[in-house]
Amino acid sequence: MRPIANTRMAAGIPTGRLAVWWVVASEIVIFGGLLASYIMHRIAHPEWGDQAANTNVWLGGFNTFVLLTSSLTAVLSHKAATAGNGPKAARLLYATCLGAVIFVCVKAFEWTTEISHGYTITSSTFWSFYYTAAGLHALHVIAGAIIMLLVAETAKKNLELHRVELIGIYWHFVDIVWIFLFPLLYIAK
Amino acid sequence: MAESIPADATHGHDVHHHAEQSFWSKYVFSTDHKMIAMQYMFTGMAMALIGGFMAYAFRMQLAFPGIEVPGYGTVTATDYNALVTNHGTIMIFWVAMPVLIAAFGNFLIPLMIGCDDMVFPKINRLSYQIFLLSAIVLISSFFVPGGGFGGGWTAYPPLSAKGEYNLTSLGSSLWLVAVALEFVAFLLGGINFVTTAMNARAPGMKMFDIPIVVWLIVVASILFMASVGPLIAGAVMLFMDQNIGTAFFDPDKGGDPVLWQHLFWFFGHPEVYVVLLPAMGITAEIMCVFARKKMFAYKTFIYTTFGTGVLSFTVWAHHQFVAGIDPRMANIFTVTTLLISIPIAEMCFIYIATLYGGSIRLTTPMLWALAFVAEFLIGGVTGIFLGASGADIYFHDTYFVLAHFHYTFFPIAIIGTFAGFTYWFPKMFGKMMNETLGKIHFWGTIIPFNGIFIPLFVLGGAGQHRRIYNYQHFPDLAGVEMQDLRVFATVSLIIMLAFQLVFFYNCFISWRKKEKDAGKNPWKANTLEWTAESPPPHGNWPELPTVYRGPYEYSVPGREEDYYPQNVPG
Repeated sequence: MRPIANTRMAAGIPTGRLAVWWVVASEIVIFGGLLASYIMHRIAHPEWGDQAANTNVWLGGFNTFVLLTSSLTAVLSHKAATAGNGPKAARLLYATCLGAVIFVCVKAFEWTTEISHGYTITSSTFWSFYYTAAGLHALHVIAGAIIMLLVAETAKKNLELHRVELIGIYWHFVDIVWIFLFPLLYIAK
Repeated sequence: MAESIPADATHGHDVHHHAEQSFWSKYVFSTDHKMIAMQYMFTGMAMALIGGFMAYAFRMQLAFPGIEVPGYGTVTATDYNALVTNHGTIMIFWVAMPVLIAAFGNFLIPLMIGCDDMVFPKINRLSYQIFLLSAIVLISSFFVPGGGFGGGWTAYPPLSAKGEYNLTSLGSSLWLVAVALEFVAFLLGGINFVTTAMNARAPGMKMFDIPIVVWLIVVASILFMASVGPLIAGAVMLFMDQNIGTAFFDPDKGGDPVLWQHLFWFFGHPEVYVVLLPAMGITAEIMCVFARKKMFAYKTFIYTTFGTGVLSFTVWAHHQFVAGIDPRMANIFTVTTLLISIPIAEMCFIYIATLYGGSIRLTTPMLWALAFVAEFLIGGVTGIFLGASGADIYFHDTYFVLAHFHYTFFPIAIIGTFAGFTYWFPKMFGKMMNETLGKIHFWGTIIPFNGIFIPLFVLGGAGQHRRIYNYQHFPDLAGVEMQDLRVFATVSLIIMLAFQLVFFYNCFISWRKKEKDAGKNPWKANTLEWTAESPPPHGNWPELPTVYRGPYEYSVPGREEDYYPQNVPG
């Protein structure tokens, strides 16, 4: 049973979209706090560059490419949903999920290699930040993919198509966080 | 009253027929905003009793070191650490937050903006359930090996990060989990509040027709959402430092303990305003109603709130003047801290200007509201000494600080809550509270409150440090010769706690009354909640109201009655 409150639009923005933007706003501050702490430390410790050199820039770059491509399919899915084509929107969401799966698999491979070389989360403050920030981001990727599967399940039946846009907003946020993490953790020397 | 049909009432019919609900779906798993408000309210009050009992136990230890405390037993040093830590945590995160933001926000926002519920009722229910879980986790931390967390409510590492320092390794992890869960609960609630107030307003209600208290709860929710993120990240980092051995705050491995202080206070200082603003909003509502006067400078008050919110993000390092931060930084934070007293002072002047020339009625809620301003002012003025970095070097970590923040938090969390609770009690339960008992309870709380904390100002000025188990061991810290003041404070506390029985008795007999004697609008107030039945049914109104004017049109010239409800056309 949906309350009347949910159907009102005094601010001129659909309630769901408004709420997702507030979710994104509060998430920005979470990652913002973590990354600001990292950047302040990084500036104070130029020697962290030597540790950062042990990360695999090529695999990180490949993952960036995968996430950006998955954002493209998310946008195409939104386009299909706006046109009222639920099954097509669902297929494109599945493609986005595939991107998430590839991302997490590559991540798992990277971490296994690094841990086998002796760079663990307790090695130093740099590695603590590396695993925590990327791990928190990976949790967001996994959560996003699960929500996306649920949205695709209803979208397939041409129901609740506005949700495709909402998960798309969230997915772009996850993408943009990675755009910050990749240069900060991998490239910066 | 509600002749005009709001645009969205057309599909109201299929929404508003309700079957009789079972006990569980009505009281426990309800999605109704009023029931969730009551759940938050009574959980918060129960936690306040626990926090108050903790205060009683450690104050007894301080006044009469080593005695067998009646009802508790001997307070050991480890107990003492856990009690002071969890007293602070509970009173801020499990009393002030749930009661002022969550309970009043849930109860008031839909009723005051004229809609039937929150925009996301199920998320609202989830928010309370996570909050309840967090409270259970916190209380359970007292019963694990080692006992509750004893590292101070600010949880500074390395003390909080290592079990061999704080002696409560499991308790400290549970404490962190509880705090993090609580933040998640209020993030969910806050998103609901902001979205509801932005989108679900009644037809005709413009931005500046929204009652002050709704505005202030919304601004407080936004402040919370914008400030809590770094501490959530910090809590994750500290949790991993405790349990995995990461190196964020560990100087041995290149980490920085001061980083935690930045993350904590970047949230911790705005948090003061997160709980202050709802209390100020409640006070503003009550003052307008019982002075029968239009709010003085309504828009200025709201703009001032925005100013306070923005400034509150720039003052956090005034908690860290002695933590080894750069003295040039300390100068900057001194200036911003002194600046933030300007909007708060302005708000107090607006209250006084609202009262000026009004026909003031000294009902119980009005007494609480007036006391809020008077007592909070003492808290504000003593803050000037601590915001100035030079004076703070002397006062830091003394009882002066402790008395100062109790003079801010007590008016906010206790006086503000009693003001709001006694004012909206008729709407919540349909019955009036007993005024005589209300006034006895008021004076029995306010006088002992000052009796507790004025001696602590004196002790702090004399150099008494915080968080010390037995002052007899520290003659240099005003340890022995000022014991009388400690006893005085403890006796005052016991008197104050005893007078709370009057409050619970008053609630009980008022609630037990057979007749619903409140009617719809006992205080003759303008805002929309007073046009609904008392207590409002599920869905609040048979036809949702439409709004024609601002919320504070009292004593309008040329009108027979001295109030002009928002929903009356014309």
